[in-house]
Amino acid sequence: MRITQGTFSFLPDFTDEQIEAQILYALGQGWSIMVEHTDDPHPRNSLWEMWGQPLFDLGGDEVDVAMREVRSAREKFPKEYIKVVCYDRSLGRQTTALSFIVHRPDDEPGFRVERQEKADRQIRYTLHAYATNDPIGRRYGATGSEQATSNGAGEGAGESDGTVPEDSPE
Amino acid sequence: MATKEETPKKDRWASGVTPYAEMGYWDADYEPKPTDILCAFRITPQEGVDSIEAAAAVAGESSTATWTVVWTDRLTPHEHYQAKAYSVEDVPGTPGQFIAKIAYDIDLFEEGSIANLTSSIIGNVFGFKALKALRLEDMRIPPHYLKTFQGPPHGIVMEREYLDKFGRPLIGATTKPKLGLSAKNYGRVVYEALRGGLDFTKDDENINSQPFMRWRDRYLHSMEAVNRASAVTGEVKGHYMNVTAATVEEMYERAEFAKEIGSIIIMMDLTVGYTAMSSMSKWARANGMILHLHRAGHATYTRQKTHGVSFRVIAKWCRMLGVDHIHAGTVVGKLEGDPGMIRGYYDVCRQRFNKANPETGIYFDQDWASLPGVMPVASGGIHAGQMHQLLHYLGEDVILQFGGGTIGHPMGIAAGATANRVAVEAIIQARNEGQDYYSEGPDILVNAAKGCPELDAALEVWKDITFEFTSTDTADVIETPTTS
Repeated sequence: MRITQGTFSFLPDFTDEQIEAQILYALGQGWSIMVEHTDDPHPRNSLWEMWGQPLFDLGGDEVDVAMREVRSAREKFPKEYIKVVCYDRSLGRQTTALSFIVHRPDDEPGFRVERQEKADRQIRYTLHAYATNDPIGRRYGATGSEQATSNGAGEGAGESDGTVPEDSPE
Repeated sequence: MATKEETPKKDRWASGVTPYAEMGYWDADYEPKPTDILCAFRITPQEGVDSIEAAAAVAGESSTATWTVVWTDRLTPHEHYQAKAYSVEDVPGTPGQFIAKIAYDIDLFEEGSIANLTSSIIGNVFGFKALKALRLEDMRIPPHYLKTFQGPPHGIVMEREYLDKFGRPLIGATTKPKLGLSAKNYGRVVYEALRGGLDFTKDDENINSQPFMRWRDRYLHSMEAVNRASAVTGEVKGHYMNVTAATVEEMYERAEFAKEIGSIIIMMDLTVGYTAMSSMSKWARANGMILHLHRAGHATYTRQKTHGVSFRVIAKWCRMLGVDHIHAGTVVGKLEGDPGMIRGYYDVCRQRFNKANPETGIYFDQDWASLPGVMPVASGGIHAGQMHQLLHYLGEDVILQFGGGTIGHPMGIAAGATANRVAVEAIIQARNEGQDYYSEGPDILVNAAKGCPELDAALEVWKDITFEFTSTDTADVIETPTTS
């Protein structure tokens, strides 16, 4: 299957030039750029791991700075999902303005629907991502050695210590 | 008690009928207070009725007056409670009509009650014999009164964060046929549409709980569809469960059940009335449920330019009492809608501040005092081939509902959904890349269709479908033809 989260998932995967064009647009709007990654693609996972700090202060022509982060995240997490998040801090918005996947694992096993049958024909549904059968950092074929993804957040890890992973930029 | 100064006109209290203007309902020098509720009425008086007296009559009948002088007014500081018509202007190019502006003191209205507000403002006066026709064009709600209303249970920002869907219009479809599907067949339509790429599917306004499909069965089958579709896409999906029912108690029962089985969204029809809508709004806020409103029945009183209530006012009331979605027109689809007027409705739903603008029918500046925005919904006769026009006219914070435009697709429902999703993403991509997406729209879509047979088929089957009729409700200043 193909996970279709993000603004452009129904289109063919973007080339770097196409990603740059979107980032250029975002910078023109005065939005900040963040790069985030995850190996837990559950649709309610609203907290992907941050790849470093948000890029708040990019000038309108600093697309290459953002692209450098995209490329280094890809190098670091080739077997994860990576998205570019464009953030609008303006009054009344204060939220994401655009968010699109720029890298995904080669093979996406998808989700299992689990049904708990209850009385009166009611069913409780839950989605289970097959990938999350494995621990964080060892999903989608990752061996755990090529990346240090355990940023603290995520299931089973207890509380986050809030630190930026040591191999993340900045 | 009364002194001569308080009753300047000697005959003000004489028994019998006194012109409203002389009773204090007209005051050309009145400066509206920041706390006043202001109304703009389009008045068409009967032959021979003076415009100022007609305006004063509307002010009187929508506030303290009755048809004859009553001495019991003198038990009150009546000047305070009287609405005051303070401006009368001819409508350019339309003899016999004029716009009257009337100010109401905030004390006239119960806090947080649209029912009370409307019982005053539109309660009695629309049947007034001295007027041929009357239309409430716009209202200015001061922040002092606005803040007594809850507003949308979630609003545009919260809904997008909840759905994790940003940067493009949301897309949906109303299940068709409107009536007659069994629950299982209904679930099939929902599943196909959602797995194909739509974010939402929707009950139609008149799908409630009929003999061919009871509400509970529909909800259960729809939730199976929603969860299955979520699993094959990895996206949050929703189906608007219509909780409209004969009584508010039954509406609560249906809403509770929808929550219990995991639905993220419910809907109701405008026909349930302002009180029921306000109750459901509070329930939706308390239960984390997105609340969709279908404006069933509105055109009976919003469509004609001379009589009724403009939809921009209905939209204002609904943002105040609080809905997350409201149907607000398509411009290009099968239902009435002048582009300027619809822009005005969308502005009322979404903006933080509405600036008075005759081209969009906005009569007053309106500060929304941080009340969240409502997501407007465009539904009725729209299809993938119009995507560039839809984005141009309606913007990004909108839900585009392609009912026939999904379910009527020659390759099937899921293909129809895919066509719509690919079209919206391709147009957004092009816009962001700096292309003139409006004029190059057809080419952008044709290009996107090269990699997408579903879109290709949609463009082919609906290429000539347009709905070009002149709108009945247009701005006074300009006439803009509906574009296909």
